[in-house]
Amino acid sequence: MIRLTINGREVEAPRGSTLLQACQLNGIEIPTLCYDPDLRLAGSCRMCIVECKNRPLFLASCVAPAEEGMVIETHSDQIMQARRVILELLAARHDFSCQTCDKNGDCTFQDYCYEYGIKESSFEDGGRRIYTVDDPNPFLERDYNKCIMCTRCVRACEEITVARAINVENRGHHSKIAVAFDGYLEDSPCVFCGQCVMVCPTGALTSKVSAGQGRAFEVDRVLTTCTYCGTGCTLELNVKDDRVVGVSSNREEEWSPVNKGALCVKGRFGWDFINSPDRLTTPLIKENGEFREASWDEALDLVAQRLQEVKDQHGPDSLAMFTSARVTNEENYLAQKFTRAVLGTNNVDHCARL
Amino acid sequence: MAQEYRIVLANAGKIDPASLDDYLNAGGYKSLEKVRTMSAKELIDLVRSSKLRGRGGAGFNAGMKWGFVPETAPETYVVCNLDEGEPGTYKDRTIVEADPHLLLEGMAICAHAIRSKQGYIYCRGEYPFVVDHLNRAIEQAKQSGQLGDFNIEVRMGGGAYVCGEETALIESIEGHRGEPRFKPPFPGVAGLWGKPTVVNNVETFANLPAIVKNGSEWFASIGSPNYPGTKVFTLTGDVVNRRPFEVPTNTTIRELIFDLGGGIPNGKAFKAVQIGGTSGAFIPEHLLDTPLDFDSMRDAGITLGTGAVFVMDETRDMVDVVTRIAKFFEHESCGKCNPCREGTFRSYELMKKIKTGQATPSDVENLSTLSKVMTKACLCGLGQAAPTPILTTLEHFSDDYKRRLLAAIS
Repeated sequence: MIRLTINGREVEAPRGSTLLQACQLNGIEIPTLCYDPDLRLAGSCRMCIVECKNRPLFLASCVAPAEEGMVIETHSDQIMQARRVILELLAARHDFSCQTCDKNGDCTFQDYCYEYGIKESSFEDGGRRIYTVDDPNPFLERDYNKCIMCTRCVRACEEITVARAINVENRGHHSKIAVAFDGYLEDSPCVFCGQCVMVCPTGALTSKVSAGQGRAFEVDRVLTTCTYCGTGCTLELNVKDDRVVGVSSNREEEWSPVNKGALCVKGRFGWDFINSPDRLTTPLIKENGEFREASWDEALDLVAQRLQEVKDQHGPDSLAMFTSARVTNEENYLAQKFTRAVLGTNNVDHCARL
Repeated sequence: MAQEYRIVLANAGKIDPASLDDYLNAGGYKSLEKVRTMSAKELIDLVRSSKLRGRGGAGFNAGMKWGFVPETAPETYVVCNLDEGEPGTYKDRTIVEADPHLLLEGMAICAHAIRSKQGYIYCRGEYPFVVDHLNRAIEQAKQSGQLGDFNIEVRMGGGAYVCGEETALIESIEGHRGEPRFKPPFPGVAGLWGKPTVVNNVETFANLPAIVKNGSEWFASIGSPNYPGTKVFTLTGDVVNRRPFEVPTNTTIRELIFDLGGGIPNGKAFKAVQIGGTSGAFIPEHLLDTPLDFDSMRDAGITLGTGAVFVMDETRDMVDVVTRIAKFFEHESCGKCNPCREGTFRSYELMKKIKTGQATPSDVENLSTLSKVMTKACLCGLGQAAPTPILTTLEHFSDDYKRRLLAAIS
């Protein structure tokens, strides 16, 4: 352990900690925008700056190692002023359409503007660059008028999904997040996993599927396991008025041990079938080329009867069972048990073997 | 009367830079031979005790920097910063054009100290002829076996100012966007491809052969005691002799401009001088007797920087000059960190507002606050130094600002 002084209090932190970690361990809150514990450090938003005695420059606490004997101020007048200037600079480029933004109430940038009292920016001369919101993909809304260039999306794309679909284009004030040649996501290596949405601290990246259906403070979050495949990812159903209106990530390892919040396009965006009018809600039996609705008892009786007939006529090996990754391990177990013990054949396989 | 004192430009104009034989006849590569009889530790101690400090702008003790490279590191790199992107600076080009083998020898000396087998020279993108010139010299040195098993490659920049910052330079050599890394870790521990790397400026390397030849005491006795040796300054602007001068570091700014530089042309009066490049401070008349060494300059609130000396006569308007500089930084900010990406853009907007007579005193206040935050909060030297021209002109030439403000005009 090393000892250092933060805001006049002597504290301890494990050797090798960053100043941010040392602060967090000791209950001192530091604002961060580009920092994400699951991503490579960037040290670029400069919101987490702190003052260190005998150092001429502010230190970005997310990347500065905590050292023995350091004397740190995290909320001095100078630091608060610098953070306000940084927020004002970002506010000058940010489109504050909070009233229609899906991230309203769940936006780190909004929270800091509230905390630091940023009602308006002193740096609006020269105006705001206007970005066209135009990407025809069905999943991801990219509104760079709200982007604050933290590059968390770039790092999530590269490090979690390893798709490397997006990066920073151009330089300085002209820089923005883009796919190669500033085209559409569907022409890029993007797999629409939405990890970028998961890490975005503003409303720049949101789900088109959930748009307008409910904001963070209106929904209940119900943890469940994704049913699309056998991986078993944890996802959070966002439920409003007993309807699923979105899927979000739970990034706590304790609750999301398999995926730590990372999802694929199906898990994150493929939930709207739940309330789809096209969804089958009762078994259908085909008679004379036409489907008719049936009860479960009737349908299961028919299936059992036909299986028995095939087995009697052609022997058990004329039957085979092909199971699905969309059902649970237990159901898959039952399926093979049924095939071997009831149908009497070893012809059993699973789509995950393909 | 101040005099030139030539160490790194000793051979300039006396030898044919394209001829290895000329360099050898002038005593070239003798220091490298001598170094090979020394241990790495002896060599680092020699350079450290000579008090040679980096000539690229940060002024860090070169021997100490080399000492950060772990002795057990199996792979290390020597990188020479020839990006020289500061407008008005042409000292590195002058040295390399006049005496390319001096740089190669200096790099090979450093390679011996940190047990490196590979060096890179990162050459400014606007200097393609220097790349050819260096490649020829490297080929000559390799053919004649002077460099031993040390290999040097030239990498050409793409014209980005920020790539003169050592970690952005490393990123660029690696093939990434030219963006600085946060420090620590410093390049001495994790640099090029994550391996320990020494990055030094051309002028720093070029001093090494003479230090090895004449000893550390000789070098430490030249110029100012805390920043000994010479410094190459390149004079531009409203000064009679617009050319490079190599002077001992105890020379004052006044001596450089008026004795060597020949003063201001056309009978005009001196108004200001900007030292260190575009990000340097604007210095008024009353600070002209400051010696041109790192510490004296720092104590006067000035950075020595790269050695560019941009002289302005009485007819120059500071708001005009600084607006152009603000435009330069708006263009050259890499965009990685918030205060620089947004700050350089907003500074330029505010400067334009002042220049066109649209600004109020509160705009100047905002500009000053923003500038002060940038100097302390930006990630790399570019953003930290970009507001220097604004802050120093606000301090020393506030009248130029005041008469442009709305209240003053109406």
